Amino acid sequence: MLKDITLGQYFPMDSVVHKMDARYKIIITMLFLVMLFWGQHLTALIAGLFFVIVATALSWIPPKMVIRSLKPIISILVITGLLNLFMLDGGATLFQWKFLKITEQGVQTSVFMLVRICLLIAGTSLLTYTTSPIVLTDAIESLLSPLKKLNMPVHELAMMMTIALRFIPTLIEETDKIMSAQKARGADLESGNIIQRAHALVPILIPLFVSAFRRAEELALAMECRCYHGGEGRTRLRVLKSGMRDYIALGLMILMLAAVIVLNAVLY
Amino acid sequence: MPILEAKDLTYTYSIGSPFEKTAVDHINLQIGQGEFVGIIGHTGSGKSTLMQMMNGLLKPTAGTVLLDGKDIWEKGADRRSVRFQVGLVFQYPEYQLFEETVYKDIAFGPKNMGLDEKEIDRRVRETAEAVGLKEELLEKAPYALSGGQKRRVAIAGVMAMEPRVLILDEPTAGLDPKGRTKILSQLRQYHKRTGCTVMLVSHSMEDVAKYVSKLLVLSHAKVVCYDTPANVFARGDELEKMGLALPQITRVFRLLRDRGITFPDEVYTVNYGAELLRARLEGREPQC
Ligand SMILES: Nc1ncnc2c1ncn2[C@@H]1O[C@H](COP(=O)(O)OP(=O)(O)OP(=O)(O)O)[C@@H](O)[C@H]1O
Ligand SMILES: [Mg+2]
Repeated sequence: MLKDITLGQYFPMDSVVHKMDARYKIIITMLFLVMLFWGQHLTALIAGLFFVIVATALSWIPPKMVIRSLKPIISILVITGLLNLFMLDGGATLFQWKFLKITEQGVQTSVFMLVRICLLIAGTSLLTYTTSPIVLTDAIESLLSPLKKLNMPVHELAMMMTIALRFIPTLIEETDKIMSAQKARGADLESGNIIQRAHALVPILIPLFVSAFRRAEELALAMECRCYHGGEGRTRLRVLKSGMRDYIALGLMILMLAAVIVLNAVLY
Repeated sequence: MPILEAKDLTYTYSIGSPFEKTAVDHINLQIGQGEFVGIIGHTGSGKSTLMQMMNGLLKPTAGTVLLDGKDIWEKGADRRSVRFQVGLVFQYPEYQLFEETVYKDIAFGPKNMGLDEKEIDRRVRETAEAVGLKEELLEKAPYALSGGQKRRVAIAGVMAMEPRVLILDEPTAGLDPKGRTKILSQLRQYHKRTGCTVMLVSHSMEDVAKYVSKLLVLSHAKVVCYDTPANVFARGDELEKMGLALPQITRVFRLLRDRGITFPDEVYTVNYGAELLRARLEGREPQC
């Protein structure tokens, strides 16, 4: 069913990682990505694996959940793997059938790429698992706030994102409900050709749009009633606070990145 | 044989996530042909979830639903036809309206059944009348109606499929008292006229007490009791502990009993209560 889509997939826990300042978590995740792609050597992967394992352990997220985050990209993994496997030429030939050829270089690169993509997704999912979407947008707003000087509407963008995030689950729930209600009246959503199926969506989309507009209007009214007037001079309920653990985590991350860069330079 | 039956029915939302929640917990239930069953329970007791399993919209986590003794989730069972036989009117159904006119919206269900124009026309007009929608409203856009009128259109939309079992999930929620009694009495007339089986979900004892032949009380995903209203209200203290208010008239008679004025059975309709008191005052036997 629709409601099984976990958007933002926040997994509430009371761990150190959950308590970290979201801004630092974003920066650390970015450094993690830089590290994965800088290192052309095994060291980068080992460091990345180490990072994911330690972060998972510290965040008390069941490892099962982290592995599950890889599910949506299985097809991408398979395609990248196969492409690299067959396309790259170099080293000893391991297998040949007509024009298909697998070489040592191909095996090496495809395994390397697969592990790298897996780590990339696992690492970034950890960020969304441990940070609620609302806090995440707050942190992004805070990180982007220097752009306000350039007249970028950072606050407005963040507010739009927050509202969108806030209403996605609501709309999904609503879609589910409308779908059930129309199915109860015999709407057939599963069979027929493309045109019939598109036609079958009408009874769902119309009520959904009507309700989305109604909600938008109500929300605008409610915001106005509470004197919302944009970002100027607005204070926050949840102030982002950084502390010792954030500095330590960032420090460790920078050290790891530096080590990978140095090793990379030395070994090549 | 009961027309609709639940066996060890269980439903758990979001299995495996931190938000896991068992909304219906091993419920057994038999609904007889032609019965008018009321379902009450506090908010979140699992009423809506149970009802959505009864017509095959939700697949039970465990247990079975039997329609005429046949498992509706059996391999090869036609669940679409189950939904035509067990019609479900959702909580706040007015948000499902989508057609340009009321007429077309009520006709949506019958059309999906593949009926011909003439039969659809008969059903639309008949059900519109049954729920008290005036002829001239049929050509209006649903969005131009009042909340109560929209609700009626939505109810008519399910009734028009002429299901053998009609389930209504809080059809009166959010309506004014007059609109409430009106919808409920129209429902009762419909039940009498067609002889179909009706299940009515409600928060309010007051509403259901008058109409139903049997009452199912749910609390925390489980059945507390399933019996005639008289027997259910006899366990009034228990119900009050669960936060379900007894009908006012029942409370009056309980207070009378506390003061030593006793009557043989539980009273839950005003008419019956009035007759009992009148008879007692005139020193005769009550006549009903
Ligand atoms: N889509 C859903 N996802 C997760 N949990 C749900 C969902 N729908 C309902 N629940 C939970 O299941 C329980 C039963 O819900 P249900 O809607 O069946 O209650 P109800 O008796 O109909 O309540 P009400 O009287 O408020 O309509 C509630 O605790 C609710 O939080
Ligand atoms: Mg409900």
